[in-house]
Amino acid sequence: MATTSIPGSVPATRAVSRSSTSARWLAVLRTPVGAAAGLLLIGFLALSIIAPPLWADDANAVDTDSILQGPSAEHLVGTDNLGRDLFLRVLVASASSIQLALLATGLAVMAGVILGSVPLLVGPRLGRLITSAINIAIAFPGLLLALFFAVIFGVGSTGAVLAIGAAGAPSFARLMLTLTASVIERDYVSAARIAGVGRVRILLRHVLPNIGEPLVVNATIGAGGALLAFASLSFLGLGVQPPAYDWGQLLNTGLNSIYRNPAAAFAPGIAVVLAGLAFNMLGESIAQIIGAPTIRSGSPTHRRRGLRTASHPLPPEESRSTTSDRVLDVVDLSVTFPGADGPVRPVRGINLTVQRGEAVGIVGESGSGKSLTALAIARLVEEPGQVDAERLEFLGVDLLSGSEREHRDLLGTSLAVVFQDPMTSFNPTQRMGRQLAEVAEQHQGMNRRHAFLRAIDRLRAVRVPTPALRAQQYPHQFSGGMRQRAMIGMGLMGSPALIVADEPTTALDPTVQQQVLRLLASIRRADDVAILLISHDVSVVAELCDRVLVMYAGQIVEDLPVAELTTRARHPYTRALIAAVPTMRTDLGMPLNAIPGLPVDPAHVPVGCPYAARCPRADDHCRGEDPPLVADAAGRRVACWHADEREES
Amino acid sequence: MTARGMWTDSVRVRYLVRRTGRLLVSLLVLLTAAFLMIHVIPGDPVRGALGPTAPADLVAARRESLGLNDPLAVQYLNYLRHLLAGDLGTSMISGLPVSEMLAQRLPATLSIALLAFVGAVAIAVPLGVGFGVLTRNGRARRAELGFTSVSSVLGTIPEFLFAVGLVYLFGVQWQILPVAGRSGPESYVLPVLCLAIGPAALLARILRVEMVAILTADFIRTARAKRLPAPIIYLRHALPNALTATLTIGGLLLGSMIAGTILVESVFAWPGLGSTIVQSILTKDYPVAQGIVLFYGATVLVLTMVVDLILAALDPRSAIGQS
Repeated sequence: MATTSIPGSVPATRAVSRSSTSARWLAVLRTPVGAAAGLLLIGFLALSIIAPPLWADDANAVDTDSILQGPSAEHLVGTDNLGRDLFLRVLVASASSIQLALLATGLAVMAGVILGSVPLLVGPRLGRLITSAINIAIAFPGLLLALFFAVIFGVGSTGAVLAIGAAGAPSFARLMLTLTASVIERDYVSAARIAGVGRVRILLRHVLPNIGEPLVVNATIGAGGALLAFASLSFLGLGVQPPAYDWGQLLNTGLNSIYRNPAAAFAPGIAVVLAGLAFNMLGESIAQIIGAPTIRSGSPTHRRRGLRTASHPLPPEESRSTTSDRVLDVVDLSVTFPGADGPVRPVRGINLTVQRGEAVGIVGESGSGKSLTALAIARLVEEPGQVDAERLEFLGVDLLSGSEREHRDLLGTSLAVVFQDPMTSFNPTQRMGRQLAEVAEQHQGMNRRHAFLRAIDRLRAVRVPTPALRAQQYPHQFSGGMRQRAMIGMGLMGSPALIVADEPTTALDPTVQQQVLRLLASIRRADDVAILLISHDVSVVAELCDRVLVMYAGQIVEDLPVAELTTRARHPYTRALIAAVPTMRTDLGMPLNAIPGLPVDPAHVPVGCPYAARCPRADDHCRGEDPPLVADAAGRRVACWHADEREES
Repeated sequence: MTARGMWTDSVRVRYLVRRTGRLLVSLLVLLTAAFLMIHVIPGDPVRGALGPTAPADLVAARRESLGLNDPLAVQYLNYLRHLLAGDLGTSMISGLPVSEMLAQRLPATLSIALLAFVGAVAIAVPLGVGFGVLTRNGRARRAELGFTSVSSVLGTIPEFLFAVGLVYLFGVQWQILPVAGRSGPESYVLPVLCLAIGPAALLARILRVEMVAILTADFIRTARAKRLPAPIIYLRHALPNALTATLTIGGLLLGSMIAGTILVESVFAWPGLGSTIVQSILTKDYPVAQGIVLFYGATVLVLTMVVDLILAALDPRSAIGQS
């Protein structure tokens, strides 16, 4: 839950064990698109081999009695100006079209690989020159390059093969460079280089075997492109010359007679598109399967499986206060996500109130549901996640009724949210001041200039130095701590009654953490702002908060004043958490106190107390029945059957 | 300008200078390639152009007048000098200056290319953003599948095949639009459409993928926490971030669109540079082919740089990153 991945570059290749390669290539044929493309391609390849011997003579048979006819039973696509059957000609043309395209692709791959491996072989200085030449060449569209080379190599099939091959070379050279770079950086290759293994040997032994797969994939896609490019050149009259013919050329003559016989233009056109797509799609599906197996997924909480609809009616947290002081009042809050085996509920039966100016902390391990609870309270859980509650009131307003739009101004000005990672939580393309000012423009009706001045003022309030200058800068020009302060400043654009801070210091280094915590504390004192602080770090919560809620497996298991955390915690889990915090008195020679066992998977919440499996005091009662959260006279709450037993010393 | 903007401005100025330098180097490479083009042609280009029956003294005279007998270095310098003076040589067929032919044919090409680009963007942005929002977070899987397959099929079909289909529908079936020549405004419809469909489909497809990725970003959650209305979140916060990657590929598409004019002009008998270069290659009119290749190449290079500069303006990090 507390892991936010920063989007980075996906490595171009992965080290692949040989044995699994063929299996994964076969897997391509099991995807619908891959199978269709594969079948189509095999069909075309077979056609290109069997068509000429079977039908070439008939396709060239001149019949002056049936010139330029439309489609008929005898001539499915009609005839051309010499009375030749166009259907047969389209079939026979598959040979030249596909073979020439493959020839050109082969040439492009070969030239590209040679060109792309030169920088590795000749060393860095000359290599850079070649690399930049490749980069310049790649800026030109393929057809333009093909025309350039068509001028040099001349009109005709040979010239066109050379031209399309040469035009395709730069992109394969570039691919080769990228792949080589990724292989070269691997440890074992570096080791080989340091050991003095020659460059040619490195190329042959290490680089080429590792990049074969992506090269083949791209060559498949490239063959589709070459097929279309060849059709283009022939269509323009620069490729295959009569009496030889390919699809492009048939298309050209077909277009001239489109008024008399549209089929004559469509038949070769459809053939070109289908064959081109077959190559393309097959290549793309292979790339998808062998490329990035696990990119698509939402946040981890969206991916849980199984069903658990536990939790019992919990006593609302009424005892402490009158309603008017309440900033936040939550009764029986739960968050549900659809899972493969039915709905999953990572947050269940949460009851909590926050008073004006009160600082409440929520602690728990990763996956305990604390961040999700915060998001649910801030109304930021997105579909397909669903938030249910008996009551969810903020400043006395029922957030569950009415549309999002109705609560927009209230939440926009009175509820501030501070997120974990200040690096990624600002829009990188907008100036900082604009991002703050937006709030006032949207919810307080300020004009652009006033809002911007307010933003500068707020940046000053959160102790950003030279705020007028900083407001003009972009997020990447801010340090992490300064960004987090700016994020808090953004919340202060309105007049917040509650700041929900979700791990606000986790991504910062310790000195900066202190600054941010002190800033939150001073804001709280100055304006009587309530704070709901979510953290996995008990010491952070202890520093800022009055009261701590301990969460385990999506439920609150204990609620007690911070002052009593170390002395009067009653839940075994809370005690284990405290014990796990190293202090100045911790014996460095001893292993750190970790809580044995693993947190509960929300998809498989056990019957009984969810902590029982890790709890030293668990008995059959614990394993059979989940303890309710019970409040004592002072308002402290705990969910443990053994809460009132003294700890044996 | 106050002190506040100076920091970012100096970064941008430095980037501008560096990027211009790169353009100049690329242009020089292009010039040299175009110059060498005529010299690496197997056989005698003059003999090729004039045909095998031309008398030997005519070929010799033409070689002399083209300066082909000078040393290569001298020819190169002369070539550069002439280029600087705006002289691209003379057509071997018509005897007209190539620069004059360019000036005459350029407006026809430029008009369809620009209209097609504007059209493609106008179609692609709403579609890409719309489908991105619709399919975010793995929603509406069917819509995603349909959109992706239709757009990738449309994106792979070459221009001249669209041309065949459009000519058939509008010219043959319905007979409502002219299919050849450049006459009135209605004659623009089909060429522009042909040129725009493929790039629009690709652009929309890329933009959707980018939008879906951007919509999961932390700063979008921040925008939601600010309780901004959905249109502002999508258009002001998500779109500019999605555009940076889209524009990078859009720049390449723009280049291929320029090249696409060559095919489209040939289909619709459009009197532009594209049909001229095809003719010049067929008739071996090398100076014309050379001049137009040079012009197309330079256009692509300049456009790529413009795209880079727009990128730097949109996302200041890209200017710093490319050092």
